[in-house]
Amino acid sequence: MRYLPLTPEDRAEMMARAGIEGVDELFADVPPGKLLGDLPDLPPAKSEIEVERLMGRLAARNVAAGAVPFFCGAGAYRHHVPASVDHLIQRSEFLTSYTPYQPEIAQGTLHYLFEFQTQVALLTGMEVANASMYDGSTAAAEAVLMAHRITRRRKAVLAGNLHPHYRDTIATLSRMAGDELVVAPPAPSDAERLAALIDDETACVVVQTPDVFGHLHDLHTIAAAAHANGVLVIAVVTEAVSFGLVSPPGAMGADIVVAEGQSLGNGLNFGGPYVGLFATRQKFVRQMPGRLAGETVDADGRRGFVLTLSAREQHIRREKATSNICTNSGLCALAFTIHLTLLGETGLRRLAELNHAGAVELADRLAAIPGVSVLNHTFFNEFTVKLPKPAAGVVEALAARGVLGGVPYSRLDPGHPELADLLIVAATETATAEDRAAFVAALTDLLAGGEGA
Amino acid sequence: MLNRQGRPTDIGEPTEAIPETFTGNRALIIEEPLIFESGRPEVTGVDLPEAPKVAHRLGALARSAPIGLPGLSEPEAMRHYVRLSQKNFGIDSGMFPLGSCTMKHNPRLGEKMARLAGFADIHPLQPLSTVPGALELMERLAQALLELTGMQAVALTPKAGAHGELCGMMAIKAALEARGEGQRKVVLVPNSAHGTNPATAALLGFQVSPLAARDDGTVDPAEVVDQLTPDVAAIMLTNPNTCGLFERDVVQIAELIHQAGGLVYADGANFNAIVGKVRPGDLGVDAMHINLHKTFSTPHGGGGPGAGPVVLSETLAPFAPVPFLRRDGGRLTLVEHESGEGVSPFGRMSAFHGQMGMFVRALAYILSHGADGLKQASEDAVLSANYIKASLADVMSLPFPDRPAMHEVLFDDSWLEDTGVTTLDIAKVLIDEGFHPMTVYFPLVVHGAMLIEPTESESKASLDLFIATLRDIAMSVRRGDTARFAGAPHFAPRRRLDETRAARTPVLRWTRPVVE
Repeated sequence: MRYLPLTPEDRAEMMARAGIEGVDELFADVPPGKLLGDLPDLPPAKSEIEVERLMGRLAARNVAAGAVPFFCGAGAYRHHVPASVDHLIQRSEFLTSYTPYQPEIAQGTLHYLFEFQTQVALLTGMEVANASMYDGSTAAAEAVLMAHRITRRRKAVLAGNLHPHYRDTIATLSRMAGDELVVAPPAPSDAERLAALIDDETACVVVQTPDVFGHLHDLHTIAAAAHANGVLVIAVVTEAVSFGLVSPPGAMGADIVVAEGQSLGNGLNFGGPYVGLFATRQKFVRQMPGRLAGETVDADGRRGFVLTLSAREQHIRREKATSNICTNSGLCALAFTIHLTLLGETGLRRLAELNHAGAVELADRLAAIPGVSVLNHTFFNEFTVKLPKPAAGVVEALAARGVLGGVPYSRLDPGHPELADLLIVAATETATAEDRAAFVAALTDLLAGGEGA
Repeated sequence: MLNRQGRPTDIGEPTEAIPETFTGNRALIIEEPLIFESGRPEVTGVDLPEAPKVAHRLGALARSAPIGLPGLSEPEAMRHYVRLSQKNFGIDSGMFPLGSCTMKHNPRLGEKMARLAGFADIHPLQPLSTVPGALELMERLAQALLELTGMQAVALTPKAGAHGELCGMMAIKAALEARGEGQRKVVLVPNSAHGTNPATAALLGFQVSPLAARDDGTVDPAEVVDQLTPDVAAIMLTNPNTCGLFERDVVQIAELIHQAGGLVYADGANFNAIVGKVRPGDLGVDAMHINLHKTFSTPHGGGGPGAGPVVLSETLAPFAPVPFLRRDGGRLTLVEHESGEGVSPFGRMSAFHGQMGMFVRALAYILSHGADGLKQASEDAVLSANYIKASLADVMSLPFPDRPAMHEVLFDDSWLEDTGVTTLDIAKVLIDEGFHPMTVYFPLVVHGAMLIEPTESESKASLDLFIATLRDIAMSVRRGDTARFAGAPHFAPRRRLDETRAARTPVLRWTRPVVE
């Protein structure tokens, strides 16, 4: 077996040193009858070429986004990632290192985490950020728990335009933790009245911008209403590239900003691994979940970085910890920070402008198709169209024509049959003018009753 | 003496002190500024076309103020991150015997497979009809996990070990509530458990009741009996435990818990010791998370991403969260919302379907090893730990000498008593010797713990060098050679860092220095 360096002779010598004649003597504490006699029912070892063949066949059965005109979003976005990003994250010393518990030999990780935290704070308009979370949805669920800790109240109000899977993730954790939730109904035409749902039991209100339908939200009004009642505002962002062009939640009164960072540096990967961004105000830092890198000096007085404020964490505090989380999404955070460093302010802004321009053009062209309307007045690179028939069937028919034409709202939230005609469409810089034209043509034809409709 | 190129061949007298350099750099170790000090907002390392002018649809929400993000050109960025990487120790750098964390070789085949466009470039919400190969990959992984654990169902979506714990304990809570036994609030957790166990239980509103270990480092069934009230919901048992010992009474403990109406959660952090040797499902376990990154060696990546699928017993299987795979007469599909048909999912763990990238790597690892290789890997890991134990037993102190170690061996600091040398000093001296330290000060059940997990990836020569190094360190301790320990590490990119200062006055981000 190519991964195992010990030879039979080595094993014999080692057993002699350990004073045993067979390795099963080391499993003597396994209760009688529980040590397996037979091998597991799995195939025998395969060479690299055999594994590649098998995996290659499985991969080939999927339609890769890059192979077709592609417009899916709803929480995961296809962007171009510079080649150097993937090269750098595969550097052994990044890829095969551990959580930086021994800072003297982990300055590489700690240094980039400190830069990452600063970039995230700047993007979101907040004071501090942590070293990342599993993904945007789990970050949102953790933010709600954090708001309960800070306010000592147990009720959360969720906007109806929050991504339904984020809503469900938050709801699962909240219910299991014994907290109360108030969930507004979805408002695809963008008319939410969240302030009315706030009362003096409310810990936080969770809003998303751009929301799941693509609408952008000015948070000033809800923040004022929330803060007047001692309620925290949690802002969710699922498309990190939007920070390049859209006013950040931190500038509009958000107390905690959580975001999905997949868009920068990270591929679609069928939903994971991704990277959650988590930012807040300095005064709440000791209630934050997750890892934090901080600056300090070494014995020679040189600047260095360490994991800090670990008194919040489970390995110190055990059942009194702020969270049970014991990792971040380190390598995905590295990909994020490298991509953002390559872009810089100028590149991020230009990337965001490209996304917006492509989406605007597509929205206008889709709106011109008979029977199709665009619901959004505002959006970044994603918007919602209303179709004359259920979106799920349309998306399947589009796929049959070689176009991955967005995400039906009903895929996310089948509990609202009245919204089954809604299709969420994202257009990033990876969708070319030809791709957009192909989408428009396919949808036009399909709705006109063309072949295969 | 000059050589043929006219260069002097005499290396000169050794100097006492390492001279300062003008740059602060030391040969391959190059000081690197923060990007905020070296980068500029107008620099970009990505060429993008100007966007066409359109009437924007941002309403009043167009960003007005600059962000303040620095940019680096591609060559500058390459150097920045390569130089940072050179200040990190990884499993490819050398032995990384970090007990309980399982740092073993990361096959690059997994990286290559995970980057196939058919896995890396598919969207979690594109039509399921366009991703049958992805679903089949998930099913194959699920089947392998069930075969290796002897369990009934698997929830693939948890994103890390601690997330898996949360999933397993939520399934337990849901099952108890469905039985009308939501009043069961107590979770028994041995003192040797990872901190995530009590933190998880507490997060879900359970009351944590600690279990002391008996003298041999394992859980005593008599202690379990003493704590078995009608309020007990579950036990969270790590097996092999964090002392590196197999819980020899696990079957009896599971029976006791089940008889009392509770359920058994197993922390699978150490499953890598017993893959192909013992099936948790045969021991009475109801739920166990599997750290794919540890057991099936997906890279730790400097602290994630991991993956924490949870295997479930027949009792808990109906409560598995969405999404899950289902076969309907030969057709494989992903159930994202519905319940019904005897299932009542407790909810959803995250936005999408789990850590696909890690599933690909883990399956590549499983297929590469095969049934025979997986078993051999477990045996080699256990043998290597016992080889270290036997080779150091006379110079270091073993709190639990009499039971065989599993894949990791635990030492305490009683051999350091009255020497002025601490467990932390040993860790830092190992850094100078070119090793990553072992896990220190965990588990909490022994004083000054040193937990060594060599894994199956080390050659005998590598193990022998590690053993010889620790024996030499032990001799230094005995000789009172404290200079070796004081201020170690001496040769790392940084000397010991002031963690107290970092926590007392937290500096968690760069801010522009005030210019006088």
